[in-house]
Amino acid sequence: MQSTIKNLKKRFDISEVKEQRKNLTFISTEEDQVVPLLMHLRDQEGFSHFVLLTAVDWIEEGVFQLTYILNHPEKKTDLGIRAYIGREDATMESAHHLWEQVATYQRELKEMFGIDFPGSPRVDEEFFLEGWDDIPPMRREFDSKQYSEDTYFPRPGSKSHDPREYMKQKLYRDDYEEEK
Amino acid sequence: MTMKKRSNNTSNYTSRQGSFNGDDQDRQKARGQGAHPNSNQAHNPDQASDPEPHSDEHHAPDHTEDKYPKTNQDGKPEIDLSSGKYTKVWQGPNHPGVTGNMSLELTLCGDEIVDAKTHVGYLHRGFEKLFERRLYMQVMPTCLRMCVPESDTNEYVFSEAVEELTGIEAPEKARWLRMLVLEMSRLQMLLRVVPGQGGAFGLGIGVQWGMYVRELILDLFEELTGGRIYHMYMLPGGVRGDLPEGFRERTLEAMEEVYRFARRIDDVMFNNSVFKKRAVGTGYIDPSWVDRFGIVGPNARAAGYKRDVRKDHPYLFYDQLEWEVPVLEESDIYTRARIRWMDMQVTADLIRQILDKIPEKGSFKAPTPNALNWRIPKGETYIKAEASRGEYGYYVVSDGSPYPRRITLRGPSYTHAIALLERMLIRSNIADTGALMVSLQTCPPEIER
Repeated sequence: MQSTIKNLKKRFDISEVKEQRKNLTFISTEEDQVVPLLMHLRDQEGFSHFVLLTAVDWIEEGVFQLTYILNHPEKKTDLGIRAYIGREDATMESAHHLWEQVATYQRELKEMFGIDFPGSPRVDEEFFLEGWDDIPPMRREFDSKQYSEDTYFPRPGSKSHDPREYMKQKLYRDDYEEEK
Repeated sequence: MTMKKRSNNTSNYTSRQGSFNGDDQDRQKARGQGAHPNSNQAHNPDQASDPEPHSDEHHAPDHTEDKYPKTNQDGKPEIDLSSGKYTKVWQGPNHPGVTGNMSLELTLCGDEIVDAKTHVGYLHRGFEKLFERRLYMQVMPTCLRMCVPESDTNEYVFSEAVEELTGIEAPEKARWLRMLVLEMSRLQMLLRVVPGQGGAFGLGIGVQWGMYVRELILDLFEELTGGRIYHMYMLPGGVRGDLPEGFRERTLEAMEEVYRFARRIDDVMFNNSVFKKRAVGTGYIDPSWVDRFGIVGPNARAAGYKRDVRKDHPYLFYDQLEWEVPVLEESDIYTRARIRWMDMQVTADLIRQILDKIPEKGSFKAPTPNALNWRIPKGETYIKAEASRGEYGYYVVSDGSPYPRRITLRGPSYTHAIALLERMLIRSNIADTGALMVSLQTCPPEIER
C-alpha cells in the first residue's frame, strides 16, 4: 500500500494518510480530485471493486465528509478516500460512470443528506422516502424525536424513559444509589 | 435483412441504457456476452451475428425492431402506455415471488420485460438515524435487525468495529465461538435459500425439508443464546456465554442431518428436469459485470471469481481452518443455486472443524468499561465479513463522544437488488422474476437501514 500512496501523492493532493490496519488505509483529498482519483485507482492501480459511498455530517465544522471505499481484489486491501464539501448547497461531482451501483448511493445521499450529484441518473427520484416534505433526515439538525412528536399523536398509556437514566436504574443500581 | 434489423435494435437498446457513460464498445461487448450461450430466452438481438445457417429459415418473422421502446435524449425509454403495446405491472411489495418487502415496477411487452425499476422504502426503519441517539451498547439490539434473516453478521462486524476503535481484543475462546455462530447463521440461511430456489419455480418440497433442518439449527441457537432469530450473542469484548454441556454432540448430529438434506436436495432439485429446464441458462451474469456492478459472494463465485472475505481478508481464525472456496463458471440461476448448495456443505464442514478446535477453557469476554460512560476514541473504520450473500460490512465513525457519529451498512443487496436486478430483468420473462431475485439472494432489510 505504501507504493500506491507514493504514486498517488505524485499525481494528486493526498493528505491525512492513516493506516487503520494492515488491509485498510484512509486518505483525504480535495473535492475536485475525487473522481479523477477514483478513475486512476480503478484503471491504473487495480482497485476495481467499489465497496461503498457514504457521508458523515460534521455540522460543527459546516462540512460533509464523503467517504468512498474501494477494494483491490488481488492485493486484498481496502482504501478509503475522504473528501470534505460545504454543507450549504452541498454539491459533488458524480462518479456514476465509473461503477453502475454508484448512482444508487448518490441517489440515497441526495435524499438523506441533501447532497446533489448533477447528472447522476434518477438522482431526483424518490428512493426511500415518499412524499417527504421536511429537511433531509440524515442531516444532524433533523430532530427525529421532535418530528415524531409533531407528526404522530401520543398513544394513551405509553411511557417513555430517558434511556440513560433508565439503564442506570435498571442495570447499574448500585452506582445509581451511590450517586444519589 | 433480418440481421440488419436486429443490429439496429441493438443500438437502440444500448442508447437506452444512458445511465452508463462508459465505453460504448465495451458495453456492447458486455451485453453481447450477457446472454448465456445455452440460453433459451427469445429475442436476443446480440445473437444476430450468430452465423447459424438455419436461423433465418425456421424462425418466426422478427418484430423486435419496434418491440423495445425508443429512447429520448437523456437515454430514458419512451414508453407510451396508451399505444397498447406495453403493460405496466407492479410485482410486490407483498408477493410470493418477491423476496422481502420490495417492489418491482415492470413494463411488459407480452410476457417479456422491457423496462424495470426497483422500488424500496417499504420497511425503512431509520436505524442509521436512530444510532445518532444511542450509546454504543444500545446500538447492539437495533443493528442486528439490519438484516433480519442473518443477524449474527451484524453483531460481529459491529462488535469488531468497536473493539478495533477502542483497542480491546476479544479472548481466543470468544473468537472461536464467534466463528461457530457466524457459520451456524450462514447455514440456517442457506437451508432456506438453496431449496428456496426450487420453490421459486414451484418445487415446494425441498423448501419444507429445508425448513425442518433449519429448525434444528435454530434449536441449537436457542440453546446457546436464548434466541432463535435474534441472538445478541456477540457483543464488544467477546460473547455472552460458553457452550452448554453436550452442545458439541448435538451440533454434530444436526450436521449429519444437513449432509443428508444436501444429498436429498441434489436428487430432488438439482437433478430435476423441470428445474433444470427453467434454471439452466436463465439469469446469466456476465463475468465482466462483477466489478462493474460490485457483485460479491455466491453471485460472483458462480461467475468464476474466487472471492470470499474469509479467504481474502481472513478474520477471526478462518486461516486456521482447511477448506476451499467453491467456484463455478456457468453463472446462471442453476449455477448460483449449486454454489450455495456447495457453500452449505462447506459450512457444515467448517462447523465440525470449529467444534474440534474451540478451547475447553479460557475466558469468553474481555473486561469492558461501564456501557453508560464508554467513550470510543475518535476514529473511523470499515469492518467486513462474509455473509451468506457476500461481503457485508459496517463503516463506523466515532467523534470521541459516547454516541456514534455515523454507522452505515454495506450490504450485498444494495447493488444486487437495484443496479444489477434492474439490468438483468430486461429481456427476461416475467415468470422468471421471482426466481431471478432468489438467485441473487436479495434482502431488502439491508438496503433500507
